[in-house]
Amino acid sequence: MDDLIHGLVTSVNGPIVRARGLTGVSMLDIAEVGPDRLIGEVIKLDGDVAIIQVYEDNTGLKPGDEVLSSGRPLSVLLGPGLISNIYDGIQRPLVDIANILGSYIKKGVKVSPLDTTRKWLFRPTVKPGDRIDPGAIIGEIEETGSVLHRVMAPPDVSGTLDWIAAEGSYTIEEDIYRVKGSADYSGKLSSYWPVRKKRPFKNRKKSGIPLITGQRIIDTFFPIAKGGTAVIPGGFGTGKTMTQHALAKWCDADIIIHIGCGERGNEMTDVLNEFPKLIDPRSGRPLMERTVMIANTSNMPVPAREVSIYTGITIAEYYRDMGYHVAVMADSTSRWAEALRELSSRLGDMPAEEGFPSYLATRLAEFYERAGYIETLAGMEGSITTIGAVSPPGGDFSEPVTQHTTRFVRCFWALDKVLADARHYPSISWIDSYTEYIDEVRSWWNDLDSSWYGTRNDAMHILLEDNRLQQIVKLVGPDALPVAEQLILFSAEMIKNGFLQQNSFDPKDMHCSPDKQLMLLKLFVDFYHEAKRLIASGIDLKRITSLSAASEIIRLKSEIDNSEIDRINTHEQEMKSQLSALGAEAAKKTVAAAGGTDGTP
Amino acid sequence: MMNEIEYTNLAAINGPLVFIDRVRNVGFGELVEIRSGSGQLRLGQVVEIDEERAVVQVFEGTSGLPLEGIKTVFLGKCLEMPVSREMLGRVFDGIGRPVDGAPQVTSDIMMDVNGLPINPYSREYPRDFIQTGISAIDGMNTLIRGQKLPIFSGSGMPHNMIAAQIARQAAILTAEEEFTVVFAAMGVKFDVANFFIESFEKSGALGNSAIFLSLADAPSIERLITPRSALTLAEYLAFTEGMHVLVILTDMSNYCESLRELSSSRGEIPSRKGYPGYLYSDLASIYERAGRIKGKQGSITQIPILTMPSDDISHPIPDLTGYITEGQIVLERELFNKSIYPPIAGLPSLSRLMKDGIGEGRTRKDHAGVAAQLFACYARVKRIRALASIVGEEELTALDREYLKFGSLFEMEYLSQGPDENRTIETTLDIGWRVLSTLPAEELYRISREDIQKYYIPSAGAESHGAD
Repeated sequence: MDDLIHGLVTSVNGPIVRARGLTGVSMLDIAEVGPDRLIGEVIKLDGDVAIIQVYEDNTGLKPGDEVLSSGRPLSVLLGPGLISNIYDGIQRPLVDIANILGSYIKKGVKVSPLDTTRKWLFRPTVKPGDRIDPGAIIGEIEETGSVLHRVMAPPDVSGTLDWIAAEGSYTIEEDIYRVKGSADYSGKLSSYWPVRKKRPFKNRKKSGIPLITGQRIIDTFFPIAKGGTAVIPGGFGTGKTMTQHALAKWCDADIIIHIGCGERGNEMTDVLNEFPKLIDPRSGRPLMERTVMIANTSNMPVPAREVSIYTGITIAEYYRDMGYHVAVMADSTSRWAEALRELSSRLGDMPAEEGFPSYLATRLAEFYERAGYIETLAGMEGSITTIGAVSPPGGDFSEPVTQHTTRFVRCFWALDKVLADARHYPSISWIDSYTEYIDEVRSWWNDLDSSWYGTRNDAMHILLEDNRLQQIVKLVGPDALPVAEQLILFSAEMIKNGFLQQNSFDPKDMHCSPDKQLMLLKLFVDFYHEAKRLIASGIDLKRITSLSAASEIIRLKSEIDNSEIDRINTHEQEMKSQLSALGAEAAKKTVAAAGGTDGTP
Repeated sequence: MMNEIEYTNLAAINGPLVFIDRVRNVGFGELVEIRSGSGQLRLGQVVEIDEERAVVQVFEGTSGLPLEGIKTVFLGKCLEMPVSREMLGRVFDGIGRPVDGAPQVTSDIMMDVNGLPINPYSREYPRDFIQTGISAIDGMNTLIRGQKLPIFSGSGMPHNMIAAQIARQAAILTAEEEFTVVFAAMGVKFDVANFFIESFEKSGALGNSAIFLSLADAPSIERLITPRSALTLAEYLAFTEGMHVLVILTDMSNYCESLRELSSSRGEIPSRKGYPGYLYSDLASIYERAGRIKGKQGSITQIPILTMPSDDISHPIPDLTGYITEGQIVLERELFNKSIYPPIAGLPSLSRLMKDGIGEGRTRKDHAGVAAQLFACYARVKRIRALASIVGEEELTALDREYLKFGSLFEMEYLSQGPDENRTIETTLDIGWRVLSTLPAEELYRISREDIQKYYIPSAGAESHGAD
């Protein structure tokens, strides 16, 4: 039994433990520490001394306690049963832990991440004699009502299929196929993969497909492509978590990996309560059936928080390799960076900015680079879209985590304190946010409606002009502006209230289809253009702004469901007829005035 | 289990830390008894250990402690505290030892003061509305049973009065269920602690509360244990005895300063303003001990109070607190100077759990809409006031002037109330409608048409139009 390496603890400083005698152990290997066999990872080697970061509470650990290492790296167990599960940072299943230990998480508990007794109905898709390339799909399992689990050969296995189990029910621990190649390999439904190593794929591709989130400000103004990266920075109370939850609920990815990294316990509970009840509008199945949750809340051990994002993204890669579009929500990467800082400071590393280690930027880059739109080893298309929340101290975006993150992501959804204070949610600022994906997703929208790009830009123009004018308004008041500019202020206000602001608790408004988005936006832009013409022909702005249609169209977002968007046309007719009535009046006036001048001489 | 070896003398003392050499079989986090020649007993905890030396943090501080003639015993266990129902009505020091002259608490149940993290899967999502009787809280920043909602205050502002009012008035509503207050004072002056004790006494809640005092003259390191002692008792009362516990922690700023003191004497690399990099995780280990647990009757609701140095909400203490807690009640100097009580700032205050605790069947159907509308309108008032201070009120549009009128009515009637005034949620919402009805109905775009029809008071608007 003894292929284990033995060592002894020499010192304990918080979660950092030094041990002697672990000869032959490698960097990032798992070590089991002390009588409770706490899980740790070797993070530094110095001569005879190994430095281990322990992922569980290590109170009571003594110098002289035993350390064991199997010489294997920290890994996640991949296989059917991941979906709908909730794990801590090192993939321990929280539901099973609760069943064994009760309401509190105690140390030293060992539970398999996947149910080893459950039988899955497996259907082979290859037969003996078939050639098996790395990552080849050898069979299928219906994991949940929404997810077909494709069983894959590991990326380092190739050869000829020697034997495969017949269609039937198997546990994740039974052998189900054998490959003869340079080395013989027996495969099960599950396999291990080291968390810190990215899973291979054939090549990267350009995406061109937007990740539709159902959130108007994102899809219309700051879209993200499938396989893209985005960051949501925001001070506390600006709605980072609310925005992340809205995206996790309504975005059109096949699989959602939700990583609660150093955040509140109740937020995870909220997701756990809500997701099984909410129905995915595309599959008609509960949202939980496409979700995996990693919860390492702020009061759980800090080192496990550091690993949690790797655990999450490795699971994401696994489903990507099956040909799925996966969205990873990491909330919050600042807490992850703080875990890095805390551990590096205990190691005595030389700090860089604000005490963060100098390798912070490298680690962030590695994490975000695991996103992408790719061709899998098996020749399918899959993607990982990574959306990370950042919690900058004092809401100041110039701090290191925000700054380094912006270097590696292409979409920046800045949350604005002023908007949040006015309870304008999502409080994504249309001034400070940006996206680099516009050109990539433009043709997709163009196929939906060729006027998309123009309408979006017109609306954006109104909002930017409004922002400029607001500076002047602050000094002189709105009445001092020319009428045309007052119209911009009015139109921008309509767009803000009737389009940008979205109520995530209103069943009709929480999720907005691309068609509805475009129809609504067109109403506001058309209103502006029409009103501008009326003003030019001498109609009083007051009369335009007091039209009943103006206040009607602001309410449409929450009165018309995605399924009944034809009703928007009725409102468009009404708006147009009210405006043209004013137009006709103006024309009459002009004629009368022209008649008047004709008659005088 | 007990480690019988007694060590003599200390190797070194640095701030609250003592160093003991040549120790054997000592565990990380273990409790230590330190007895000086005079017989004085102090408690400490191992914060770092290697084969040669143990670093011990002494809760009572190290003042008057020599290197020689000291006897130390490692107790082989963590800091534990006896807990029982008998602790209600008693006063303890920061480590849970009685200071009211009555005898030591005896109990078979000993609990680790550091607690254990609640499994997120085992939590019950808090949704039960607590009526505090304060409009600014009930109406706009609703407190939920099991929530952690801090008060961000500044020196001189009435945060203690508000906390005491909540403790008093919340108690009345839950008369049928067992309700209790656990109060922890860290580094505050005696009069502050006394104010709370008297207020509990007056309302008759004293016999039903437990008080942990680590006052300004107590050793600073003891403060690090005080909130944990209080929460340990709270956890017992809530999850074993099934009571609804309100925990008031004041003042968390003093707690954080003690943590900084300890961190710097350990020579750790500081992050912002000299606070240690783990301040967030450390605070979380306190605040996350609020909540509800599936299958258990009780709850822990936390109201930590902290004073923001020079009213700066971006200071690390309020900043990190706000990232952990489920919202915040912010007190505003400007309102305070206008003699408005409670001076609860309209905009930066927030309750994250409000959304699921209000509405039909919980408070009233129009609650969410009214709250959102009040926030939106008050935000506009703030903008208009800024403008008016430059261009003068005469230059404002008629609508803007109506908003200003709404603003002052909101502050004087909705926010303002007496320190003993206990409003029902219906009263609060009705005042909200009265205030909102000064604006034209078209302006109320956050409220459903149905609710406007039902509650909007047309005459109020006309009155204000008339007076224009």
